[in-house]
Amino acid sequence: MDALDIARWQFGITTVYHFLFVPLTIGLSFLVAGLQTAWVRTGREHWLRLTRFYGKLLLINVAVGVVTGLVQEFQFGMNWSEFSRFAGDVIGGPLVIEALLAFFLESTFLGLWIFGWDRLPRRVHLGCIWATAIGSALSAYVILAANSWMQHPVGYRIDDATGRAVLTDFWALLTNKVTLITVPHTLAGCFLVAGALVVAVAVWQLRHRGDAAFRSALRLGGWTTLIAAVALALTGDTQGKIMTDVQPMKMAAAEALYRTEQPAAFSVLTVGSLDGQREVFTIKVPWLLSFLATGDINGEVLGIHDLQAQYAASYGPGSYLPNIPVTYWGFRFMIGFGMLAAAIAAWALWAHRRGRTPTSRWLTRACLILPLLPLAANSAGWIFTEMGRQPWLTFGQFRTADGVSPGVSTTEVIASLTVFTLLYTILAVVEARLLIKYATAALPASTPAAPDEDDSDRERPLAFAY
Amino acid sequence: MTTTWFVAIAALWIGYVVLEGFDFGVGLLLATLGRDDRERRVLINTIGPVWDGNEVWAITAIGATFGAFPHWYADLLSDGYPMFLAILAALIVRGVAFEYRGKRDDPRWKARWDAAIVAGSLLPALLWGAVFAGMIRDDPPYLLLGAATTLGLFATHGAVFLALKTTGQIRERAIRLATRLGLAAAGPVAAFLTWTAAARPGPATVALAAAAALTLAAAVRAAAVRREGRAFAATATATALTVATLFTAMDSLGGRSLDAAAASPYALTVMSWAAVLFAPMVLLYQGWTYWVFRHRIGVRDIPPH
Repeated sequence: MDALDIARWQFGITTVYHFLFVPLTIGLSFLVAGLQTAWVRTGREHWLRLTRFYGKLLLINVAVGVVTGLVQEFQFGMNWSEFSRFAGDVIGGPLVIEALLAFFLESTFLGLWIFGWDRLPRRVHLGCIWATAIGSALSAYVILAANSWMQHPVGYRIDDATGRAVLTDFWALLTNKVTLITVPHTLAGCFLVAGALVVAVAVWQLRHRGDAAFRSALRLGGWTTLIAAVALALTGDTQGKIMTDVQPMKMAAAEALYRTEQPAAFSVLTVGSLDGQREVFTIKVPWLLSFLATGDINGEVLGIHDLQAQYAASYGPGSYLPNIPVTYWGFRFMIGFGMLAAAIAAWALWAHRRGRTPTSRWLTRACLILPLLPLAANSAGWIFTEMGRQPWLTFGQFRTADGVSPGVSTTEVIASLTVFTLLYTILAVVEARLLIKYATAALPASTPAAPDEDDSDRERPLAFAY
Repeated sequence: MTTTWFVAIAALWIGYVVLEGFDFGVGLLLATLGRDDRERRVLINTIGPVWDGNEVWAITAIGATFGAFPHWYADLLSDGYPMFLAILAALIVRGVAFEYRGKRDDPRWKARWDAAIVAGSLLPALLWGAVFAGMIRDDPPYLLLGAATTLGLFATHGAVFLALKTTGQIRERAIRLATRLGLAAAGPVAAFLTWTAAARPGPATVALAAAAALTLAAAVRAAAVRREGRAFAATATATALTVATLFTAMDSLGGRSLDAAAASPYALTVMSWAAVLFAPMVLLYQGWTYWVFRHRIGVRDIPPH
């Protein structure tokens, strides 16, 4: 393993970790905002109790989400300096906008929300959690615009003298068709994560503590998960078609489609040779891949070997194959885990319909793994899409192998890989244990409500303090 | 436009050190000024609502560097790899510590997170100085002096902030400590500023360096006579002027001229529009946060967990 491989592992590990926590932040901040809105509008106490309960879980998660994000901002320059030089003109702008527009918004208003219960008028305080949620979603948009440019570069030209990408059309960057589909798909994934956690906790609470307030949470979480799953399926279908158009090799790898087919069959299971060059065993559904990829059951889908030949002719000799097994299985695990999460959420909703309390213990057991399934699905999806883009960092323009920082030694990268992996693993375990502790705690009785006016004359302790 | 963006990035870094400067100061003084759990909670809660938003200034500064001067961004971060790795590790543990410290009623748990806050504040307070100094010259003694400078400034700034934000015994301790810290910082700060001005004797550099030193002296005087607000304004200004001095002393961006390191005019224009649109709003609502949480807090104000 050389410095390039280690740098790639580091980026993969840090990003997957980051994207365990971030979707929960995005989704749960909206759900908590929804809970608090219900309280402000109806005045019914159980909404406030649920807001504070799930708000605690949100904050436990945000802490790690924020700090893992710091590394991302620096990692381009630290480990991928050559790529930063190449792409900085295009993707540097979005990163700055992300900070100016989104990070400031979510960080500032989160602080106001955490500490402002007794300091801000009720509606202003409510606005704070909405601002936090919106800020987190805006951040997703901007960073996905940057990533989408790497998948399908638009709005740029290559400078002849320097060989660098130069931005020519910012609007094209923001409206890249890959961005436009990836954002809703990713946000839906965020709601899948948050919904799954909310419903899983609610199921556990109803079974073990029986506080009826959690029925509202169960409905909220359950329906969020189901709607998110439908959104994922629809956006995923569109994204698959777009991907066939702009990154056909990724699609072919996701399907382990070695030879061009028309019509193309969808692989339910394919086992390839050890070198990834051909298939050894396969179970397929005829016509289905053509339909999924092109919308036409007789559509032609290009195969890996043909694409390799095409790329070698266009870009020069070399291998243009991504890691086929990882791409193939990443794609399938993403879909499989996502669907399983939706199924369990549907089961939870069904088992609790019309005030019923289920007697089966299997639902509670399923709910123990329910929160993990969307995490696995999201991770699989990102591993799929990033590994499927290889060997490119920017498709057709810049290879991953060319992007790594030349002046950073193998020792330094091993050091950072070790530090980040260790820290993140410890923090993930600590966070998980805290989440379990607070998710299984009894819902506190009516908590003192926030005052209706700004109360500057403080005689009593703070409503909240670290 | 390249000059404008250089100034903007300098402004972002200056904003960062003025704001996170007192965050780091409070953090590294946690064990010194906080004698028991409730006192430590007071200290942490003076910055509780604002530290996260303050940290975003650094992210924005780094992001702006990437967007406006991709070559500078690439050089700075890859050349300074070990320093940034250490800074990141420190910021990671500090950030989590604020939130997690109070989550278990266990003294050993809290002690570990307290250590994380102290270390997570002390390390960046030193290393940011080395990073800024490294933009001028790569000389280890100069880098060390830079590290001592930011440590001294941030510690003093943090102590004064605490004197401004707390009541009772903590406030008393804080202002007395601030005077002593300011005096201790004066040596390294003056030496660093003098060395910088001598190495790059431009009119702006010399003027700012002199102003920074004088303002620090004013801060110490104000702290000594318990003029907390004045002292805070002075430490903030001294910190700002010190970093401003460094930026005026830069004669290249890692060996490149501004234009050679810069992004294209189009990209800079896009970023400029974004800055003009979003920056005023940020200043407004971040400023509002400080107004909402303007009250002093003391031990009596801390609720049970």
